[in-house]
Amino acid sequence: MAEHRLTPLAPLGHAEPIEERIGPVLIAERTDVAMASVATRRGWETELAARAAQAGLPLPPPGQAAENAPWGSFWLGPEMWMVEAPYATHEDVAAQVKPALGEAASVTEQTDAWVRFEVAGPLKPLFERLCNIDLDRFAPGSATRTLMEHLGVYVIRRAEDRMTVLGPRSSAGSLHHAITVAARSAF
Amino acid sequence: MTEVLRDTSGVLTGQDAAPVLASQPMRVTGGLVDRSRSVRFTFDGKSYTGHPGDTLASALLASGVKLMGRSFKYHRPRGVLSAGSEEPNALVELRSGARREPNTRATVAELYDGLEASSQNHWPTLAFDAMAVNDWLSPFFTAGFYYKTFMWPAAFWEKLYEPIIRRAAGLGTLSREPDPDAYDKGFLHCDVLVIGAGPAGLMAALTAARAGARVILADEDFALGGRLIAETHEVGGQSGAGWATSAVAELAGMPNVRVMPRTTIMGVFDHGVYSAVERVSDHFAAPLAGKPRQVLWRVYAKRAILAAGALERPIAFADNDRPGVMMAGAVRAYLNRWGVAAGKRVALFVNNDDGMRTARDLMARGVEVVAVVDPRRDIRRQAGLPHMLGVVTGTTGRLGLTGINVRRIDGREEHVVCDALAVSGGWNPTVALTAHQSARPVWDEKISAFLASPNAPAGLIPVGAAAGAFSTHGALASGAAKAAEAVEALGFRAPAADLPQAEDAPVRIAPFWHVPGKGRAWVDFQNDVTVKDVKLAHQENFRSVEHLKRYTTLGMATDQGKTSNVLGLAVMAELTGQSIPETGTTMFRPPYTPVAMGVLAGRSRGEEFKPTRLTPSHKWAEERGAVFVEVGMWLRAQWFPRPGETTWRESVDREVLATRKAVGVCDVTTLGKIDIQGTDAGLFLDRVYANTFSTLPVGKVRYGLMLREDGIVMDDGTTARMGEHEYVMTTTTANAVPVFRHLEFCRQCLWPDLDVQLISTTEAWAQFSVAGPNARALLSRIVDQDISDAAFPYMACGNVTVCGGLRARLFRISFSGEMAYEIAVPTRYGDALVRELMAQGQDLGVTPYGTEALGVLRVEKGHVAGNELNGQTTALNMGLGKMVSKKKDSIGMVLSQREELVREDGLRLVGIKPVDPAAQLKAGSHFIALGKDPVAANDDGWITSLVHSPHLRHQIALGYLKNGAARMGERLRAVNLLAKTEVEVEIVSPHFIDPQGERLRG
Repeated sequence: MAEHRLTPLAPLGHAEPIEERIGPVLIAERTDVAMASVATRRGWETELAARAAQAGLPLPPPGQAAENAPWGSFWLGPEMWMVEAPYATHEDVAAQVKPALGEAASVTEQTDAWVRFEVAGPLKPLFERLCNIDLDRFAPGSATRTLMEHLGVYVIRRAEDRMTVLGPRSSAGSLHHAITVAARSAF
Repeated sequence: MTEVLRDTSGVLTGQDAAPVLASQPMRVTGGLVDRSRSVRFTFDGKSYTGHPGDTLASALLASGVKLMGRSFKYHRPRGVLSAGSEEPNALVELRSGARREPNTRATVAELYDGLEASSQNHWPTLAFDAMAVNDWLSPFFTAGFYYKTFMWPAAFWEKLYEPIIRRAAGLGTLSREPDPDAYDKGFLHCDVLVIGAGPAGLMAALTAARAGARVILADEDFALGGRLIAETHEVGGQSGAGWATSAVAELAGMPNVRVMPRTTIMGVFDHGVYSAVERVSDHFAAPLAGKPRQVLWRVYAKRAILAAGALERPIAFADNDRPGVMMAGAVRAYLNRWGVAAGKRVALFVNNDDGMRTARDLMARGVEVVAVVDPRRDIRRQAGLPHMLGVVTGTTGRLGLTGINVRRIDGREEHVVCDALAVSGGWNPTVALTAHQSARPVWDEKISAFLASPNAPAGLIPVGAAAGAFSTHGALASGAAKAAEAVEALGFRAPAADLPQAEDAPVRIAPFWHVPGKGRAWVDFQNDVTVKDVKLAHQENFRSVEHLKRYTTLGMATDQGKTSNVLGLAVMAELTGQSIPETGTTMFRPPYTPVAMGVLAGRSRGEEFKPTRLTPSHKWAEERGAVFVEVGMWLRAQWFPRPGETTWRESVDREVLATRKAVGVCDVTTLGKIDIQGTDAGLFLDRVYANTFSTLPVGKVRYGLMLREDGIVMDDGTTARMGEHEYVMTTTTANAVPVFRHLEFCRQCLWPDLDVQLISTTEAWAQFSVAGPNARALLSRIVDQDISDAAFPYMACGNVTVCGGLRARLFRISFSGEMAYEIAVPTRYGDALVRELMAQGQDLGVTPYGTEALGVLRVEKGHVAGNELNGQTTALNMGLGKMVSKKKDSIGMVLSQREELVREDGLRLVGIKPVDPAAQLKAGSHFIALGKDPVAANDDGWITSLVHSPHLRHQIALGYLKNGAARMGERLRAVNLLAKTEVEVEIVSPHFIDPQGERLRG
């Protein structure tokens, strides 16, 4: 991590991320994951797949997320993925990903564009009040973009009882409000 | 699921032979209410008791209260007609204060301890309603009366006539307070949605669920079972209610089933989408903390089984609306489900065998049945029933029924004393949902009723009574068969149906609609539409059913004609001599029953109406007491007041002057940032921008103008070349999303052959403008690298580090006309960076400025913004015509050269100042030549942006003026006809400050 004299602020506006337990669910703001988008340069599809495989970077098919420590990733769109890695070791994640992929991909830092909530507990009663996802058909390892209270978000199901929600960072407060209100309503 | 089991437990615990309480004189033995507990409630301020499992209507009837409301138009005394959501009469206001809810049906209001209910539409009291004078004046209030009466003068309609009519002919009144409760929205997915939990619905749900399909079973009632809990039929050797309880218990125990009582399917939408309102808290005095009152569910169902049952229809005869006249099925429901007798001496008027069961049920509970009036000549008489072949021609009683007049087939007339009359004109299958996509129901002669059209929405399958299978066996069998068919089509294997034994009586009915004669015979109780009104509509040539509805209001208001529509069109068919199918039926539309506005709004109200976007420096700005302004969803600091400043102008003037004199800092994160990469990124930008970007050197920024296809300016901003194949585009705040969408369209659809990748990075970077003569001095203390003019000249850009190593981006660009930079750091450090800038810049006179000062600075410099980019103006209009490169093709280039758009004397951006420096201009004022009339023909243009320049100490403005470039120094009138102001102005260059740009490059 770079040595400098600035102290970060978490998306909800506190020095540290906020955690809240509502009934059986834990809703935790997280700032310890760095992210970069990876998009295939035109004509480099095969080469990118090879280079990513060599670097241990999973590039899952549509609607899916994948993990291969320290990397995680999920599908964003045709020939486009979001790559995740621990912030502590990969703060400048784009700069760390780009050399492995070279001209085969466009890489863009996305870490602070998003607020990240990890939701643990019974998911269905909560998420059926938040977004139009059929959770019975959204097994662990699924990822999709959806809408929550007018906000475009990504949801990634990590396990039966764990979901990651990525929303626009500037609306962290609104998204957090929506999730906690739904949780109080559901539980 | 436990909730469901608790709800239906009342079905099990209802015990016979409970003592009859003096306070509930009409309560008889039996029923499914929990008599071991009492529930206290008030109606019109008077206290009553009922039991858990009661509705407000059943508890009032048990207490001997028959008068529950006044009719809409004539203020006739009315009692309960039905036992369900179709109720037209017993409309009440529930609860008090802000939670008061008008026009709720007492028949579906679940009783809870402390319920407050009051009648409505009367003055001063329910029993003595002075407005009942309308009833005497009824000849004046016939169909279409207000179209005839309030014709003239037209101007009186809105202010005088309409309010009077609304007050006199009203329903309940609103609390006029904000709804204190919350409503949720949600999404459900299933293979099979079963609508209605009567015998057909339960059997369908069991069949589908046992096959392994995901099933949602929804019923509007709080107790499940439909007619099974209202009749005495046996199912599979046990009581209907008992069988229903076991079926619900089995379903509730299955993981693939969701049982939803108190849930009404309101509408059918495209692609198997159904809307459902679940009443979560309506049966409590107030919702539990954090819980919603209701939830609006959007249900995605591959198939839907419509098991909504049927609604009984009345027969029209004179004065058939007295309290005590009820539907026969309702009389049985009150008796069998709630243990309440509709009267002590009950008469029946029926045209079908089904109605005769009412007599047997009543007699079994010791209620006296005084007459069974039936117009059919071929009835099968039953021993012990007081049959009377004939019709009911009228009723007596004022606030409650005291007797009926009967005319026998042989012509004899007689009066029968009774206090309740059970009426049945047959049953109408509840096909409303099948018509929500414009498929009109079709008439079926065999059952004398409408059935779903074959063109009903795909995947919506009527079963049971809703499909005309009226017997219990018919309902169970069709529910099982259709559900099996549905799930097999979805790939499930349905086990062989295990149908319980049940009655299978055939439908025996002779259509009979109304008894001709004197007096008013009600067709639509809720809207006070009588047979005479239908006749009048016919006479005045409003004969189409749709005209009939509009002219008479038949079928309107809260019940949407559930009991009246078929009767109304049957009467019309008689009058026109057409058959019922020829007459047709009106359309059904969502919602099936009334919904609260709150449930449509959900959580989107007040501050939560839409999400809020906060800038990275929001917390810091808040601490500094900034005043915020909404910019789309963003909240931006508008200005930062200091102690002693009493007006916004003082703050803004100070911020502007400090920026021009020393250095100002403004959060510009809200501007859109789009990362554009790929080997064709430069070519891509050349095509989307009017000017050229492929030639921009790495490490440089250029101002860009983006046109729409029609040549009008879409957006402007700067784009920086960060690397050989890497650009960062900035857009205006307002157009961040539209521009991104436009670029994606261009990339994906127009030029899929280009190697270009896009992603928004607006929120990834906190970006601040640092502007003013001391900008470099301040940033030198922040940025770790050399940013001298030589090392980082005007329009340079690059990756730098700040504060000892944090990665950052620096752009030397200016919107203010001053030497200025924009510095960006990862968003989490935005708060720290602005604090650092303030701390480091103290001795340099650093001042934070808001959007108002930003606006003043850019107008002083003559930069265009949203007011000038209004979707009607070209680059040429803005004085930026040279930016549209003809050396290459770009979106909008060709059409921007249209003859009228390139006129030499067209609109041009100009500066404006008042001739009298003290004069106050109005934005939006139009330019009129001196001495000419302020009319459209003389309109020379208008003021787009207006500010007070603290630098020049008078107002300055930007605007568009015809042939503006050639009119420098000319004097004009700036006329605002709306504000009635006129100021003489002088046309000047739009660059009020530093026209040579020396400050920028300093």
